[in-house]
Amino acid sequence: MSDDRIFISTDEPPAESAALVDDFTPSLITQANHHLCPGCGEPIAIRAAVEAIEELELAERTIAVFGIGCYTAFAHNLDVEVVQALHGRAPSVATGVKRMLPEGFVMTIQGDGDMVNEGLQEVLHAAARGENITCLLLNNGVFGETGGQMTTTTTLGQRTKTSIEGRDPHQHGHPILLSDLAATMDGAAYVARCAVNNAGNVARTKRYITRAYESQMAGAGFSLVEILTMCPTGWFVDTLEGPDYLQDTLAPVHNIGELRTP
Amino acid sequence: MSDRALLEGSEAMARAAVAAGCRFFTGYPMTPFTELLEHMAALLPQVDGVCMNAESELEAVGMAWGAATTGHLAATGSTGQGLSLMQESLSEITNARLPLVVFNMARGQGDYFQATRGGGHGDYRHIVLAPMDVPEAVELTRLAFDLAGQWRTPVMVLGDYFLAHTYQAVSVPSIDGAAPKVPDWALNGSTGGSGAAKIISPLGSGTEGEEGFDLGAHFADCAAHIQALEAGVEPLVDVGFCDDAELVVAAYGSVGKFVRYACLQLRDSGHRVGYIRPITLWPFPSQAVQDAAAGSAKVAVYEQNMGQMIDDVRLATLGAVPVEFIGGPSWDHSGFGIGPDINVPDISERILEAMP
Repeated sequence: MSDDRIFISTDEPPAESAALVDDFTPSLITQANHHLCPGCGEPIAIRAAVEAIEELELAERTIAVFGIGCYTAFAHNLDVEVVQALHGRAPSVATGVKRMLPEGFVMTIQGDGDMVNEGLQEVLHAAARGENITCLLLNNGVFGETGGQMTTTTTLGQRTKTSIEGRDPHQHGHPILLSDLAATMDGAAYVARCAVNNAGNVARTKRYITRAYESQMAGAGFSLVEILTMCPTGWFVDTLEGPDYLQDTLAPVHNIGELRTP
Repeated sequence: MSDRALLEGSEAMARAAVAAGCRFFTGYPMTPFTELLEHMAALLPQVDGVCMNAESELEAVGMAWGAATTGHLAATGSTGQGLSLMQESLSEITNARLPLVVFNMARGQGDYFQATRGGGHGDYRHIVLAPMDVPEAVELTRLAFDLAGQWRTPVMVLGDYFLAHTYQAVSVPSIDGAAPKVPDWALNGSTGGSGAAKIISPLGSGTEGEEGFDLGAHFADCAAHIQALEAGVEPLVDVGFCDDAELVVAAYGSVGKFVRYACLQLRDSGHRVGYIRPITLWPFPSQAVQDAAAGSAKVAVYEQNMGQMIDDVRLATLGAVPVEFIGGPSWDHSGFGIGPDINVPDISERILEAMP
């Protein structure tokens, strides 16, 4: 870590309030305040997802199905129609919505605990079925909401509260690389993995999400965008170390790039 | 308009469901529920509806949940174990205030508690209707969709192997293909960007503000809704000969039809026996059971399980009369709950033994 980094003390309030340069809140977010931790990558991913809806003019036909995780807080902050699903079950709920509203734009927002642990069969069946929905996976490799336990996407050697000495393949098994798995499904039209740990990756995330949405609107079939997100709280690292930790820990295993295109 | 036909219970219920406006059905094959799924798969495409052979019961109930949010009448169903898998969602669907009809073709009568107690987590109940035969199942299927839409809540139709597989001559309303009206609360995406987009959530429809939304208020609303259901849904019951009965026999479902017949025969031979057959199992017809038992010396409960509905009978009679269990599990090698005890002479003997 270089010595010229700026550390902001949070032990006492700032001497003067920050200047508001402009309001950059996307129009489809009704309430920018949220309860997620400093350094969390999920709000960045949600922002990209919402901006892409706006730019493709899909707001008046969107139904977003939320899973259960930290990001669930945004279910009540968005100006698009929302269905709150159970942990793991969003792809089935989205299937029911899409089958009855084939002209609608239907997406899910789920974390790695939700989609890859609890709901692995749901997302894979939806992919195999070629269900014309878009699933977004916010993957930080831990259960963030419950405080940093191992998920099935946790990488080997990664320390969590339930793999204290690091994930050991002999004891904890190997990570599931969800997008790589989904990309093998013939019903999948578009599968890509990206991250939000630097500006370039954020731009790539927005690009991939846009392509996935376009794929659904073209009726191409199932689309999935996996977004690697920072969870410094669940990783037990300093807020500012989140992006580098993601690059060093998750990104070498969950490879970034487009895995399947129409 | 209605069609008179000799139909298997599963087909009659499927036709009644589509005639009642059901446009989405999904399930996972399991005896004795399977044929209902097959008939829905054949019928729904004829009215531009959707039937999905789900990959599991977890997915089935999830798909039905999603379809229900669009305001189209949706249904699913299963059998004991499959219903156990669905319970997590049924609890949440209740709190999300969504209409859904669930066809539970049970194996025997061991799932009364699962059906009536709200078999999932949390503090909830939903309506349960238990037909005794195919014509009554057709009527109650219509009622189930009406109640689900009216109260925005899951409604279970609790049948069994007999109901699903018996052929009876029955009048089923014609399927006219008219699209049911979609209610105002339903989602279709159109409120997006309006500043007040709709949300359908088991956690309520509040908006996240500085203080967060009021989850406590939502659960208070859910509790009030369950109380309103309990007070507002008319309890249905079939009662006979209870005015001068020394013994009142309580039973439900297709087994209740056998018990009713046994009671009719015993009456013919001069025994002062009455019967009561709850049709709504939740809300339970407690007042009707209390009234039926009022002049009697004893109530006997016949169920083909270890004694489940008897708890509700005891709560209804509040110790006013003794309540005796005369049923018991009845199984054959099939495991589908068609035991040797569904037998009028055997039931009559048990009733006579219980006579005060």
